[in-house]
Amino acid sequence: MERNTLIAFAAGLTFALGLGISGMTRPDKVVNFLDLTGNWDPSLAFVMIGAIAVHFVAYRMVPRMGSPLFSERFGIPTRRDIDPRLVVGSAMFGIGWGLGGFCPGPALVSIIGGASSTLLFVGAMLAGMGLFEVFNRKVLQPIEARRYKAAK
Amino acid sequence: MENFTPYSALIGGTLIGLSASMMLLFSGRIAGISGIIGGLIRRPPDVLQRLAFIGGLVAGGLLLLGVYPETFTIGIERSPAAIVAAGLFVGFGTRLGNGCTSGHGVCGLSRLSPRSAVATVTFMASGALTALVVTQLFGGSI
Repeated sequence: MERNTLIAFAAGLTFALGLGISGMTRPDKVVNFLDLTGNWDPSLAFVMIGAIAVHFVAYRMVPRMGSPLFSERFGIPTRRDIDPRLVVGSAMFGIGWGLGGFCPGPALVSIIGGASSTLLFVGAMLAGMGLFEVFNRKVLQPIEARRYKAAK
Repeated sequence: MENFTPYSALIGGTLIGLSASMMLLFSGRIAGISGIIGGLIRRPPDVLQRLAFIGGLVAGGLLLLGVYPETFTIGIERSPAAIVAAGLFVGFGTRLGNGCTSGHGVCGLSRLSPRSAVATVTFMASGALTALVVTQLFGGSI
């Protein structure tokens, strides 16, 4: 098996353990973080602080190596522009997150918990991603193509 | 704040940071979960790597089920219609906005990316507003 495949499996496993240990697989903990007026639970902020503290250091050091250990080059996003797509998409994601208490990672890990509501959420999430592909092909890409032509 | 679990949150967060750092160090990639799943539809050349990451997530879930099954508590009341709406919004929104809590919230903020900062503030704000509406107008169950 390719080494990067093994790394991806190990990283997914570590990620899932992090989510589970911190309780981020629990929609009630997520909703109690987002709802500032109720039984406020700041745990989610501490999860992010822990994760960012580690990854911030990694990000300062690793790219200086020139290339990753098992791959030829880094694939790190470089865009810095703020476009309507980013803001509207993130706002939509937040609505779903606040409503269901799941974001994509915890939802996938929680499939194992076997709750029918989790399976329903994951099914709807995959359908939403599929709908985006259609929207992207039929609406976003033609708009971008027109803009590109006009700019030329 | 009796539900606040700072130690397990920091330990779990550290593991998430280590996972993202492994992806960066060995494969040079971002551990953005919505992108890893959503990108599969386009049949990319790295399909095995994506499936392996998802397989790791599920394997981690199995391990958790064995040692810490309480972590699969749902704890909130939601109708099937609300769950479907939530899933559709999460799926569509993360793809439109190019990322979720992992890609923008953890990886992007660690990189000090302005795009990820705007995305994170936006989904935190709309998530907080949604949670507020559910608690205040619907009494916590919708």
